[in-house]
Amino acid sequence: MSNNSNKWFSLNFSTEKKEATGSCGCGKESGGCGSHTKNIEVEKQKDGFDQVFDVKMSRRTAFKQLTASLMIGAGAVSSSCSVIAGDETKEKAQIDWEEQFKGNYKLMSKEEQKETVSRLVRSYQLRTGKTISMSSKNSEKDVLFGYAFNISKCQGYMDCVSACVKENNQDRNSQMEYIRIHEMKDGKGFNFNEADDNYYHEVPAEGHFYMGTQCFHCDNPPCVDVCPVQATWREEDGLVVIDYDWCIGCRYCMAACPYDGRRFNWSKPEVPEEEVNKNQHYLGNRMRKKGVMEKCTFCIQRSRAGKNPACVEACPTGARIFGNLLDPNSTIRWVLENKKVFRLKEDLGTEPKFWYFMD
Amino acid sequence: MRRRLKVFWSLVKDSVDITTHGSKKYHIWMAISTFIMLVGMYCYSIQLEHGLSVTGMSDQVSWGLYISNFTFLVGVAAAAVMLVMPTYVLKDIDFKQAVLIGEGLAVAALIMCLAFVTADMGGPSVLWHMIPGIGVFNFPSSMLAWDVLVLNGYLFLNISIPFYILFRHYQGKKANPKIYVPGALLSVFWAVGIHLVTAFLYQGLQARPFWNNALLGPRFLASAFAAGPALIILILAIIRTNTAFKIEDRTIKKIALVVTVAAQINLIMLISELFKEFYAPTHHSQSAYYLFFGLDGKTALLPWIWTAISLNVLATATLTIHKFRNNFKILYVACFMLFVAIWIEKGFGLIVPGFIPGPYG
Repeated sequence: MSNNSNKWFSLNFSTEKKEATGSCGCGKESGGCGSHTKNIEVEKQKDGFDQVFDVKMSRRTAFKQLTASLMIGAGAVSSSCSVIAGDETKEKAQIDWEEQFKGNYKLMSKEEQKETVSRLVRSYQLRTGKTISMSSKNSEKDVLFGYAFNISKCQGYMDCVSACVKENNQDRNSQMEYIRIHEMKDGKGFNFNEADDNYYHEVPAEGHFYMGTQCFHCDNPPCVDVCPVQATWREEDGLVVIDYDWCIGCRYCMAACPYDGRRFNWSKPEVPEEEVNKNQHYLGNRMRKKGVMEKCTFCIQRSRAGKNPACVEACPTGARIFGNLLDPNSTIRWVLENKKVFRLKEDLGTEPKFWYFMD
Repeated sequence: MRRRLKVFWSLVKDSVDITTHGSKKYHIWMAISTFIMLVGMYCYSIQLEHGLSVTGMSDQVSWGLYISNFTFLVGVAAAAVMLVMPTYVLKDIDFKQAVLIGEGLAVAALIMCLAFVTADMGGPSVLWHMIPGIGVFNFPSSMLAWDVLVLNGYLFLNISIPFYILFRHYQGKKANPKIYVPGALLSVFWAVGIHLVTAFLYQGLQARPFWNNALLGPRFLASAFAAGPALIILILAIIRTNTAFKIEDRTIKKIALVVTVAAQINLIMLISELFKEFYAPTHHSQSAYYLFFGLDGKTALLPWIWTAISLNVLATATLTIHKFRNNFKILYVACFMLFVAIWIEKGFGLIVPGFIPGPYG
């Protein structure tokens, strides 16, 4: 029966996922996890730091030595220039230094991930005096996130867009938005050429229908393949994420995305201090810097905490459905099994985890 | 070893001496170049401070003139092969003088390529993430990673071979062909490689139908082997008239033949491309339509591309007629036209329309 209900699913990615969960599912038996640890080791090898500095410990010592030499320099400067420059300045310098030369988040051990998160929290505290909470929560077993969009229900209110901007601390200056709502004329079908995705009139407009696009978190994401430094990748729970600190800003992923799912920080992103969402995730809505890519993460800081993404919560019409594709009782599974769903540009083989349907 | 270091040091000193002395014309030329570089550096400092927004690029057209010029210059760099091959593979001796210039040109073009790519990066301070060994290199999955490898490899080849020959020549010794010819042979294949890999960078994107066509790579090669040697002819012409460096007519005529054949092939491919886009236009032809005729009143590229096409056709026709090609004055003009035409076409004519219309039209 479960096979039957998984039919749509096995076509796409269930086998691969099943294997993955199988190897992870042996957490209880201490010995059985061989494949899993091997995986980690293979990835570990790629981390350049480890190769250069041999072992992780020596890498850290190397950092400490480098930092010490910097502090001597910084200390000399500060003592000669000002008397009040104290521990905080030094700490800030040390954090900046360690952040500049840290490795790729994807290849970090859990401890290293925690370390960089605490550095970032501390850095924010030193800079603004405010405390944020930042999570480094990893994907959970037997979770694969998916999304469905009800075209019949969407009225184009764009509450999802503003909720998304607020939740994810997007740059207010350039008015960056992850979600685009396309206003289409009735009777013309899905004609993106004639769609208006920048409207400022009262909605729903007569004779129009609406549909939204955003990052579709493809199971076979072209953006991930092209990244020259593996700064973007697909997590185990299907989310396609970016390590903002590892991204070099070449924008190759942007050219490779067939769905306009990625955004670039063309200038320094700015969010008024009082509007900053302080509930953050390293791979999600933490503050970005200029010259890096960012994108929808299905609100990783919320979805991994068991909540719906902000767009789903904000939608006044209930057009947006989010959930775990591997949970047979989830609403998203009900939609996929009972509605005539389709995806955009399926011919490209990207396997988006974002379906459209109509009532 | 110590002797070699000593020779190297005196070679560097003499080279600096030669490059800083020259005629008045030479000094003016160097001053202008330096000035342009300083302006560029100033502009780059603005970009570093305010971000890439100052370039006018946007989320829709996310690659612009940096990447355009990078693409074009890869072609110029690859063109050195058209001189290397006849000299070292086909043993056509009279190219030898031009080869060193061709390889020097390749080095200059490659350095400009790398500079353009670096300037296009949002985070130049973390570019070390790309260095194999220290960073994480997404090889072989990312074509950009391939490109970094082949470009730097080609740069190394093109620096080391002429340097070896020069180093021997400086000491009054003859270079040993057994040492440099294998390198030269390798660089022939490598040159084709850098161009194909750069084409694959675009060709491999299913998101951009304008680039995602099998002709892109071959057309890159054809246009590169037209534009690069055309530039070399112009440079040789300047060297001939202004220095004692002797370049025979035969050499220039041979290179002109290379340019002509490449330009003809390039034109045939252009026709093939236009036929495919406009005989049975699909949704995917919109980028081409935008480039050649404008889309929804957006016609910014029209004057550029039609200038490029006219120049291209005119230059190719001129070069095809033997009488014109063998008249050096006409040849130089034709080469200049061809160079400009391909620069426009491979530059913004290729990169910008790839982004228009966007993924959703």
